[in-house]
Amino acid sequence: MHELGIIVHITKTLTGVAEENRLSEIASVTLEVGEVSSIVPEYMTDCWKYYREKFPLIKNAELRIEMMPAVTYCESCGKTYPTVEYGRQCPHCRSWETYLLTGNECSIREIEAK
Amino acid sequence: MYKVYEIKQRVFADNDREAEKVREELKKEKTFLLNLMSSPGSGKTTVLGRTISRLKEDLKIGVMEADIDSAVDADTISRTGVKVIQLHTGGMCHLDADMTRQGLQELGTEDVDLAILENVGNLVCPAEFDTGAVKNAMILSVPEGDDKPLKYPLMFKVCHCLLINKTDVLPYFDFDIDACIERALRLNPEMKIIPVSAKTGEGMEEWYRWLREQTEQWIGKKENL
Repeated sequence: MHELGIIVHITKTLTGVAEENRLSEIASVTLEVGEVSSIVPEYMTDCWKYYREKFPLIKNAELRIEMMPAVTYCESCGKTYPTVEYGRQCPHCRSWETYLLTGNECSIREIEAK
Repeated sequence: MYKVYEIKQRVFADNDREAEKVREELKKEKTFLLNLMSSPGSGKTTVLGRTISRLKEDLKIGVMEADIDSAVDADTISRTGVKVIQLHTGGMCHLDADMTRQGLQELGTEDVDLAILENVGNLVCPAEFDTGAVKNAMILSVPEGDDKPLKYPLMFKVCHCLLINKTDVLPYFDFDIDACIERALRLNPEMKIIPVSAKTGEGMEEWYRWLREQTEQWIGKKENL
């Protein structure tokens, strides 16, 4: 359940953004969440609903989560493949010399606010 | 009318900045901070107790016990005679850099060479949040199974040292220690892996040596080490 901790950090960032831009109300927050970031979107939404009540700035804000696909790159054969399906071992050449290109994201993309 | 504001910021960015500040502060104070992580019941408090008893003559030690609630571990550790404080995360499953900074303030680092943070027992969440520690160590115990590196890869990636604890019960469990080490090294080739039994003391000398070396590298050589 690190989702609540993540929400706390998102709220901190948003509070800063609101101060900078003199915003009083946020209507929506869009997150980019990687497929293998170990974040559970349903938990995120639940934690958000609980936590936003505490802050007038985000009290009515909707949380939108866009999942980003996980892609792994193989250093041995130079090909890429979907991480969730094949894991760390390259399905093309069976090499273990691979690393994650995308899929571990957790970032705030944009907000709607006034 | 609402306007769209582009933020494009990693959620962990502010915590990472805070963690860097904690490390800068520790460097100035000449305090080494170890973040110790594991699942519940891996023997973290026992390892810690033995480590303190062995090193407390040479190093000034302070301990921060993080728990969601209760002070059971802090009570156990306080019997070793070192400075210990209890941190409550208020329902959260991990500590972040901000909570660590507050903990260090409460503990007081001016007379501490080695500060140890016993993180919340959990292999998922604490790995995500940089606490500002100089090094991370984790304990995996034999009864938990040799497949843990496969299930919790991030934890094994962020740790500098892995203790495989409870080796005294290896004969009774289906735990393939070579496979476990290979899986861990595949995730993190730089990782120092030490099989130990905190109960019998087997392997513990190597762990004490590692911890002393790391502390010394950070705070400078102590005369009596």
